[in-house]
Amino acid sequence: MSQFFTLSVLIATLATAIKFAVPYLLAALGETIGQRSGVLNLGVDGIMLLGAFGAYYTVLETDSHLLGLIVGIAIGLIMGVLYAVVTVFLHAQQGISGIGIFLFGLGFSDLLFQELVGTTKPVKPLPTLDKLPGVGGIFEPLIEIEYLGPLLFDHNLMTYTAFLLVPAVTWLLNKTTFGMNVRAVGENPQAADSLGVSVARTRFIAIMFGCVLAGLAGATLALQLAVFQHNLTNGIGFIAVALVYFGAWQPRWVMAGALLYGLVTATRLRWQSLDIIPQGASDIAAMTPAIITILALVLLARRARGPAALTKPFTRH
Amino acid sequence: MSAPVLQMRNITKTFPGVLANDDVSFDVHAGEVHTLLGENGAGKSTLMKILFGLYQQDSGQILLRGETADITSPTDAIEKRVGMVHQHFMLVPTLTVAENVALGLPSDRGLRTDLDAVSKRILSISEQYGLQVDPDVEIWKLSVGERQRVEIIKALYRDAELLVLDEPTAVLTPQEVDDLFVILRQMTANNTGIIFISHKLHEVMELSDRITVLRNGRVTGDTTPAETSRQQLADMMVGREVKLAPDKPVQDLGLVRLKLRGVTVKGDRGTIAVDNVDLDVHAGEILGIAGVSGNGQRELAETIAGLRPAEGGSVQLDSTDLSKANPKQSRAAGLSYVPEERMKDGAVGEFDVSENLLLINHGDKRFLRRGLFNFDAIRTHCQKMVDDFAVKTPSLTTPTSSLSGGNIQKVIMARELESSPAVLVAAQPTRGVDIGAAEYIHSQLVVQRSNGVAIVMISEDLDEVLGLADRIAVMFEGRIVKIVDRENATKKDLGLAMAGAG
Repeated sequence: MSQFFTLSVLIATLATAIKFAVPYLLAALGETIGQRSGVLNLGVDGIMLLGAFGAYYTVLETDSHLLGLIVGIAIGLIMGVLYAVVTVFLHAQQGISGIGIFLFGLGFSDLLFQELVGTTKPVKPLPTLDKLPGVGGIFEPLIEIEYLGPLLFDHNLMTYTAFLLVPAVTWLLNKTTFGMNVRAVGENPQAADSLGVSVARTRFIAIMFGCVLAGLAGATLALQLAVFQHNLTNGIGFIAVALVYFGAWQPRWVMAGALLYGLVTATRLRWQSLDIIPQGASDIAAMTPAIITILALVLLARRARGPAALTKPFTRH
Repeated sequence: MSAPVLQMRNITKTFPGVLANDDVSFDVHAGEVHTLLGENGAGKSTLMKILFGLYQQDSGQILLRGETADITSPTDAIEKRVGMVHQHFMLVPTLTVAENVALGLPSDRGLRTDLDAVSKRILSISEQYGLQVDPDVEIWKLSVGERQRVEIIKALYRDAELLVLDEPTAVLTPQEVDDLFVILRQMTANNTGIIFISHKLHEVMELSDRITVLRNGRVTGDTTPAETSRQQLADMMVGREVKLAPDKPVQDLGLVRLKLRGVTVKGDRGTIAVDNVDLDVHAGEILGIAGVSGNGQRELAETIAGLRPAEGGSVQLDSTDLSKANPKQSRAAGLSYVPEERMKDGAVGEFDVSENLLLINHGDKRFLRRGLFNFDAIRTHCQKMVDDFAVKTPSLTTPTSSLSGGNIQKVIMARELESSPAVLVAAQPTRGVDIGAAEYIHSQLVVQRSNGVAIVMISEDLDEVLGLADRIAVMFEGRIVKIVDRENATKKDLGLAMAGAG
């Protein structure tokens, strides 16, 4: 245990935690916007898988990370339109249609992978700041700073994007007309409708935000790991949905949840590599994130009150 | 007289199987209060939803300020300066007053909301009309009266020249109603046209300049308070002569049958909802419990019925202690309960009429044969109950939820009175019920009183309490703040007590 509590190991674990938190954070922030508008999307994990494969395959073929991320976003958009049509315009039950989206994403991403790629071929991972073409030199000395360097600068651009999205989403929800509409249709869509706010349009756009961020989360995950395989996400999308409840629909608390998750995962891996967790117990250790979710939901989510119209399709009477 | 702000000409609207509006014509002048009066299902709401763009008429015309108006959505209506205060407030509880007002309006600051400017204008409107409200406070923190002010401000903010108020007084204390009427008068003085929807006849007589009565989708009367009376209005609404106040024979009080001592009950949120209540209810009396909804009446009724455990104190029926009783034990002791939420607690909507009539005694030997239901006996029994209580239902096997509110209430009353109870707790017995059915339910309560039943009648409708009760208790914040004999009760004193100022 003592070899874990050295400053350099702790810092390295924290840096890994931040990196691991990114896909959770991106997906959960998107889901926060959707849920604030009253739409639950259980299909996040499926959209992440499709985004992950799309980005991976694009990078495999073109070698362009930017193009890969754009493909991830585009896949999010397409799936968003599909989900929005089903839930907003056809008034389907959100729980069930979300599961449908997940199963579609799970199966279709694997099918495409089998057909187009076959065996796992690694791609280039997303470059950290110091490896960025052209400007990387600026960051090289920063990473050398003792302790703070690896913690703050040894990351790729998506990490910074994800964390900058926290204040951005907060601002969007609380300070913009669109955000006010989102909160209103998630809480009392009849009231918003009576004042001429289009519930369908507001929810449609909120779902688009959610699905684009889910696609981007998947793309980021694949390009961080630099591979794709069957069920690459391993439930990250579902955890992201749980994190929204955990974070009481507030971006900053959602971020705290994502970081906690990243930290638990990073610590577990570090302990395994340091042999703190015996070999035979690694499966049990792998369960810790799931156990933490359940505990957190039981303890915290009980007191939080979500959007009153969450999961309720809106129709005018 | 000025030109009408609104003319609705020959409006007809059908829904599958229902003629909701049949050739209805209706107009409102600037600066007048025009009341729409009618029973549930008479077509008032449909007409107003057409005006507000939520429904489209099949035929007929709407003219605003003399020009044909094609209103296809609420946005249209708002743009054409029609405002609506819905009966169930259209407010977002988690948003502030200013945000609720700003919803749906374009902002001068592009993407960002411009709440400072909105707050400023809210304050100037509230000053002009005496509509006191803080723009920065969230709606859920406001009282019902304050929420209604926000609704009116929403309409005024959008420069409404025509304001529809759908049963605005249903949730207010008498004092709040007076305040509201002052505000409405101020608005008419500023040339706003007001459509007032209500079925409280004395309010209609007090506030209206003109009155249009609807029944079964048709206009059955067009009059003014000077030309009519409450009795005439009621007759026009129902289509026959109705008795507004039941004849109540004088009778002496019997023995105390229900005795409450120090009853303290927690509400759903864990706070004290009923605080140390003492009550005696005698055989052959109706004890009316008045109060604004949410002051502990529901919790008190549930405790007497054995549905909600008391934190302290005792409930005694005759010689039986019911403090720890469950509903079955309470019923066995002679208690019947007509709950406030009739579709949630009083009847099973998907069950048919006979099933709901048997809900509490289906295990009775009368209805069984060799352990199985004896459907012949059940049919005979239920048919008699339906006939006795004049329940209007197509058959005994009709799903209860498809009946009108009044008829569902009659089914519940029939079931609860079948066992000849010693004590009857009736919560809001006629809320949302047609005048005709209410008249019948009132007459049944008087019959039970004559039979020596001790009746606790909880009602927010002061007219109902004053018309039926022998004694009146007022609840405020969980306590009985006033208890008075009917002869000594005045509406004003009761109203003050309901507001906690008694």
